[in-house]
This record gives sequence, structure tokens and C-alpha cells, in this order.
Amino acid sequence: MDPILLRVKRQARPDAEPYWEEFKIPYRPGHNVHSLLMEVQLRPVRHDGTPTTPVVWDASCLEEVCGSCTMFVNGQVRQACSALVDSLARPIVLEPMKKFPVVRDLAVDRSRMFESLKRVRAWVPIDGTYDLGPGPRLTEATQQFAYALSRCMTCGCCLEACPQYNDHSAFIGPAAIGQAVLKNLHPSGPLTKEERTAELMGVGGIVDCGNAQNCVLVCPKEVPLTRAIGDMGRQATVKFFRDLFRG
Amino acid sequence: MAEQRHLVVGGGLAGLMTTIKICEAGGKVDLFSVVPVKRSHSVCAQGGINAAVNWKGEGDSPAAHFDDTIYGGDFLANQPPVKAMCDAGAAIIFLLDRMGVPFNRTPEGLLDFRRFGGTKHHRTAFAGATTGQQMLYALDEQVRRYEAQGQVRKFETWEFLGAILDDGGVCRGLTALDLRNMKVETFVGDTVALATGGPGIVFGRSTNSVVNTGTAASAAYQQGAFYANGEFIQVHPTAIPGEDKHRLISESVRGEGGRMWTVRDGKPWYFLEEMYPAYGNLVPRDIASRAVFKVVFEMGLGVDGENAVYLDVTHKDPEELTRRLGGVLEIYEKFKGADPRQVPMKVFPAMHYSMGGLWVDYDHMTNIPGLFAVGEVDYQYHGANRLGANSLLSCLFGGMIAGPKMLAYAKGVKRAAADAANAIVERERRRQEDVYERIYRMEGTENAYALWRELGEWMTQHVTVERYNKALKRTDDKIVELKDRWRRIGLNDRGRWLNQEVSFVKQLWNMLELARVITLGALARDESRGAHFKPEFPERDDARFLKTTKARWTSDGPTLSYEDVDVSMIKLRARKYDVDKSVSA
Ligand SMILES: Cc1cc2nc3c(=O)[nH]c(=O)nc-3n(C[C@H](O)[C@H](O)[C@H](O)COP(=O)(O)OP(=O)(O)OC[C@H]3O[C@@H](n4cnc5c(N)ncnc54)[C@H](O)[C@@H]3O)c2cc1C
Ligand code: SF4
Ligand code: SF4
Ligand code: FES
Repeated sequence: MDPILLRVKRQARPDAEPYWEEFKIPYRPGHNVHSLLMEVQLRPVRHDGTPTTPVVWDASCLEEVCGSCTMFVNGQVRQACSALVDSLARPIVLEPMKKFPVVRDLAVDRSRMFESLKRVRAWVPIDGTYDLGPGPRLTEATQQFAYALSRCMTCGCCLEACPQYNDHSAFIGPAAIGQAVLKNLHPSGPLTKEERTAELMGVGGIVDCGNAQNCVLVCPKEVPLTRAIGDMGRQATVKFFRDLFRG
Repeated sequence: MAEQRHLVVGGGLAGLMTTIKICEAGGKVDLFSVVPVKRSHSVCAQGGINAAVNWKGEGDSPAAHFDDTIYGGDFLANQPPVKAMCDAGAAIIFLLDRMGVPFNRTPEGLLDFRRFGGTKHHRTAFAGATTGQQMLYALDEQVRRYEAQGQVRKFETWEFLGAILDDGGVCRGLTALDLRNMKVETFVGDTVALATGGPGIVFGRSTNSVVNTGTAASAAYQQGAFYANGEFIQVHPTAIPGEDKHRLISESVRGEGGRMWTVRDGKPWYFLEEMYPAYGNLVPRDIASRAVFKVVFEMGLGVDGENAVYLDVTHKDPEELTRRLGGVLEIYEKFKGADPRQVPMKVFPAMHYSMGGLWVDYDHMTNIPGLFAVGEVDYQYHGANRLGANSLLSCLFGGMIAGPKMLAYAKGVKRAAADAANAIVERERRRQEDVYERIYRMEGTENAYALWRELGEWMTQHVTVERYNKALKRTDDKIVELKDRWRRIGLNDRGRWLNQEVSFVKQLWNMLELARVITLGALARDESRGAHFKPEFPERDDARFLKTTKARWTSDGPTLSYEDVDVSMIKLRARKYDVDKSVSA
């Protein structure tokens, strides 16, 4: 098999100009994008023979469950660890995510996603970690929906694909809406539910979603985002009228 | 009195639980992690978490769980903390349930439980096949709640470098590297907890996440913390070998009825069921891994002539499989391109877990006052072999002990006068800065990543399933050689911004130190016990080795000493899985 040609968009610092480099890597079966970048670490030499620095990227689990290694592979936002070379067109082109600040090369700063989880209070306000007996009963159907939402690994693919989400809009984006719906499912008291829903009725909340449904198509974990957005929309409407009549 | 300060390193299950316990009591925590805590290795745990609730009417009990754990660990664990952990199991699962972990349910809406290896009971609660991820997220959310209230400050993408020790050897804080600007910073605290996970990457490719280098534990060891039972390394029987990592296929697959076989005389041979009729496919991992080695290497019966055997669920209902094992089967599908509902999976053993770790007392404090350890990084609960689904339990239980004990310890701390304290802190900062300045100047010919691969190959070949003294000795010589070649590394990246090569070079040194502890511990232990198997010494030798190994760092390599094990609660007996284990009192 021919060697694999890899084109990487690089950037030394957040404020530096990006540039491209090419690497040629001997073919072996079983490579994924992660293991190609590991080969660059072993021999950081460009295709034209000039020595360079190893490429910087984030990775942890290597089994598409931590969300770290999200990047553009051949123009598609996805995880590098589950991008198998044998199923990719060549040359293989790697770019960092575009809606988050680049830290270096393919590593980006997604802390805004974690901040969003604070905004919607994505937690169950438990009474304490003491032995207070079992939690509430759940039907299998509720558990299955909760589980599907709870698999969100904060990778950011959905935000990357969403036409409404970018660094100059306040829109919180689909991932956090999914987590708000998940927490609202939990029978832990109506108060926090009201707070979460109220947050998503404000600026940057649910009304900013243009319903383009791009998000759900790119989610690697098949999180039911459109159902979640629909549910939240309904919860917001109900709350709106209830608040109205309460005066 | 001045406000207490607690520093927790690591945001996996153990670190997050420790943090929650401190915050719940009103304390404040600085939390450090090389990756955003929500991306910690604990997300990889698939199968589940144990608690003997006896909801299936099988006569299960915490006492039975305790016995299975001690027996499975071949009697090397101190018994009192293990008993306490098993007793706490149900309360821990209920807590997770209240936090909103979407555990699978029975038709009645109650928690469902499945079987795992080394037990006869349905004792394992699970959330699909991504239990660790679901649990980590629930704890992460609770910590975010405390963060929003100002009780937690997170330092994500920061690397722990070492403890700050005063002249009396008491831990007064830590140094950490800001991985973005590559600057060493110091943090003063009354306590430090290391919850930094296991050392899988010492073996090159394992089932672990790439951040599991063991670097933090090794740094503490090099500062005088004892490292205990390092030689006890668990090899998981069922992984998919890969270029970058060996991806685990969880034991829960066998818990749900999966069978292991290979082809003999043209027919399927269910070798575990034949060799171990009492437990069959659910023997503990060390037993199953050795059986696969026997089948593949001794008998030459690997599938298609490869180093592989089958793990088969094709006889099960595909929808049921998706509901209970979806996440695991997805991994096989994604990375091997075949549907395990249709074709048997090809698997082979891989390094998975370290039973050994930093020595701690029953309060989770290391021998360095003020320095605690909790989670996979400690050695406390699993003896010579860990049972499946017991690690998640030990991480949470350990955190529930460590947090309150850290608060109690801090109450009694006498702080030094400000200028004396400052001198100690500055001394440690300079020491760590010097280390990195020397790395920045490295101009040799060796590549750090190539040295690491070599280390991994030697460790995997000689220090996993079967251990021979000659090979262990040669491996140690090799590690010493690699340490020498480490000094001749040539740096490819001298940048001062997110320089992953520079941090890796330092981590590699720490991995080499730890590799010697593991290898020499194995060399010295002339017996077979749990995961430690020497064909030349096939029997357990309680007279000589019913002891915890404690490694102490010296510049010439580890010195080993041995400590008695507390076996006051369950009587010693032979560990066998071909027949039902006799239940002890
Ligand atoms: C594939 C797989 C499946 C598993 N399945 C199960 C299962 O089903 N049931 C079960 O009980 N067990 C299972 N285990 C074992 C279990 O997942 C781990 O033992 C457990 O998650 C370890 O948790 P922890 O909190 O100790 O550490 P980790 O989750 O590894 O977290 C370590 C933390 O420390 C941080 N860290 C590390 N070094 C540094 C440093 N130098 N500076 C700063 N931060 C640092 C990391 O960023 C991370 O936040 C499995 C293991 C694997 C590999
Ligand atoms: S439906 Fe469209 S606009 Fe709404 S969150 Fe998804 S991608 Fe964005
Ligand atoms: S919803 Fe899906 S795409 Fe969006 S962050 Fe979560 S896992 Fe990623
Ligand atoms: S490394 Fe975790 S998703 Fe790729």
C-alpha cells in the first residue's frame, strides 16, 4: 500500500497565523487518525524532509467516550480516535474545530461548554451524600431516554454544526439544552426545573434555535437533541403561560 | 484559625468523590487535572459497580461480597477496609441513583443487577454499557454545583509535579505545571490528595486512557512515599488489540451470557466452561487470561492462527443485547467493522489495571503526613487480583473515607511561620523549574516516544501474564538502559506553549522509575498469587509471601520491604474456581 499523506493545519499559539504541513506515513493496517499523529511524534519530519515539531492534539480515552479528540477530519467534525484510516479518502486533512479558540495546532479550548452546564444548573440538588435510601422509581422508558441524553460527552460536534451557535452569539447551543432536559426529567422537585427552564427562556435560550436539525445529524453519540429541543420548547411555553396567569 | 485549604489532584471518580465530601462539610478545594475532569479515564468503565443488595433473591449479602473479594484477591488485601467497603456498597449505589445516574431498570422500575466474574450472584448495577461515564458525569455535576457556589476552583490542563515537603517531611502543598504556558506554580495546602488513577501506559498499549501514565504516583514515590504491591498487574482476558490502544470488551459481555471458545478438531471448544465447570466463563480475570495464553501459545489453538480467541454473544437476542450492552458492542463495531450480534468477536488479553499503588493507611493517608491517595492510585482494596466492578466501588468508597479524614487531619495541622513556609515553597519551585530547564536543553539523538514504545514492549512481554525470573532480570536491565538513554533524548519542540513533548519527557522518566518497582517486585516474589503468576513457582506461599510489598525509592533503585497482611476476619484457604468455593464463616 502507498504511504498515507497527512495534511495538518497548524497554529503555534492562539493569536498566531495558521499554516499547513504535510507528513508521509508508511501504511499499516489498523491505523486511525490518532495513531497517525503518534507516528508524527516518532518522526517529526515534514514530507519535504524538513524537521518540525510534533503535532499537538488532545486525546484521552481512545474509544470515543471522553470527547477530547474532536477535530475536522476531511472536512467533517468528528473524533480522531474513531476515524479509521482504511475508511478515509486520501490525503487525510486535519483541522482544528472552528467555533472554539485554538490553543495550539488541533487542540482547542471548549471551556464555554462547561460554563453552559453551569448556566442551566445541570445537576440534581441532592440533600446529601448520606445513606438516605434508594432513589425514586423510574420506568424503563424514562430510564432509556435519560440514558440517551446522558451519553453526551461534551465533544462539541453539535455546536460546530449548528448555524445559530458561534463566538459572537449568546445561543447556548443544543448540548446544554439536552442536559437541561435530562435534569428536568429527574423527579427531584419542581423548583430547579423552573430555574432551568427560565434560563432557557431568556437571551441565548431556546428561541434562538432555528430548528435546522444539523446538530442531531453530527452527534456521534446519537443524543436525541431534536426531541430534547422540542421538549424544552414545550416546557418553556407551559411556563410562559403559567407565569402570565399568575400575574 | 485560618481557613483550611485542600488540594485534590485528579478528577476521576475518586478525586470527585473526595472533593464532594470536603465541600459538603463546608470545606474548599482546589482541583487539578491534566484533562478537563469530565474527560477523565473513569469514563471508560463499561460494565458496572458492585453492591450486594440481594434484589434477585439469591441469598447475596455484604458478607458474601466481602468473601468473594478477599478470595478473588487471593488473601493479599487487609481485610478490615475491604469489609467496610462491601458493607457500604448498597448506600453508594443508592446515592448514585439519587444523583440521577440512569441505571438500568427492571420492569417494576427498580435497579437492575447483572453478574460479573468471580461471583455467583447478580450483584452489579449498570447504566447500559457506559456505567463509568454515567457515574463520572453525575459526580462532575455535583462538583460543578460546588464550583458555581465558589467552593471549588478547578485547574484543568494542569499537571501535578510533586508534593512540597517541609524539613520534617510533612506535606505542605504541591507544585504543578500549567500545561499551556509551561510555567511551574506552587500551591500551599493543609492536605493533598492524589487521585490520579492507574499506570497502564507504562505497558505501552493497554486498555487505559493515554493520560494514565502513573506519573503523579511515581513522583510521590520518588519523594519518599511507599509504593505497595506494584507487581500486581491485572491483565484483562478480552480486549481488541489495536495500533494505539487495546480496547476493552467488558466482562459484562460474559456476565450477560457471552461464551469464550476456539476451534479444536474442527469444532467449537468452550475452554473456560470445560476447565472451570463451577464458574465457567465467569472465572476471575487472571484465571481467564492464563487460560487464553494456554490455549493460544501452549496448544497452538489461536483462531485463524492469530493470537486471538472468540468471545461470542450471537446466541442472544439482538435487541436485548443493544439495551444492556450497546456501548460495548458499539466499540467492537466501530473499531473492527463487524457486528458482534452476527459474528463472534476476536479478542486477546491486555494490561488493564493495577492492584498495587501508593501505600496508604486505613484513613487513605500515605506515609507522608498530609499526603493522601485514593482510587486506582492506592493499593488498598483488591489484594492480588481485583474482581470486576469492584474498582468503581473502591474509588467512591475511598473518596468517602479520604475526604472526611483530610478535614480531620487539617484541624490538627500546625502551620509554619510565613517566611519559613515561603522558603520551603520557593525551594521546591526552583527544584521543579530546574528539571524542566534541563529538559528544554536536551540535545541528544534519542526520541522520547520511541523509548516509551520499547519500554512498553518489554513490560508487556515479560511482566504481565507469565513471569520468569530470568526475563524479569533482563527487563530490569533494559529499564536501566532506557534510563541511561533517556539522558540522551533530543527534543524536537522547544516551544513554551502547550509543549506536549516536554511534559511527556518528564512523564517518561517517572514511568521508568515505576517500571522498576513493578518488575523488581515481581522478581522478588517467588510464588504465584492472584494476577502474579510464575510458572517456576506455581504455588501460593503464605509462609513467605502473605505480605504486602513496600517499595521505597533510592537513587540506586527501589528497596523492598514486607508488611504483614491483616487476615483476622476470613480464614485463609486455597483459591480454586473449578469447584464451588467453600464459604467461610
Ligand atoms: C476500559 C476499562 C473499563 C473498566 N470497566 C470497569 C468496570 O466496569 N467496573 C469497575 O469497577 N472498574 C472498571 N475499570 C477500572 C476503573 O475504570 C478505574 O480503576 C477507575 O475509573 C479509576 O478511577 P480513578 O478516579 O482512580 O482515576 P481516573 O479516572 O483514571 O482519574 C485520574 C485523574 O487524575 C488526573 N491526573 C493523572 N495524573 C495527573 C497529574 N500528574 N496531574 C494532574 N492530574 C492528573 C487525570 O486527569 C484524571 O482526572 C475499567 C477500566 C478500564 C481501563
Ligand atoms: S436544531 Fe439547528 S439551530 Fe437548533 S440547535 Fe440544532 S443545529 Fe442549532
Ligand atoms: S450532544 Fe452529541 S455532538 Fe453534542 S456535545 Fe454531546 S455528544 Fe457531542
Ligand atoms: S480520545 Fe476520547 S473521544 Fe477520542
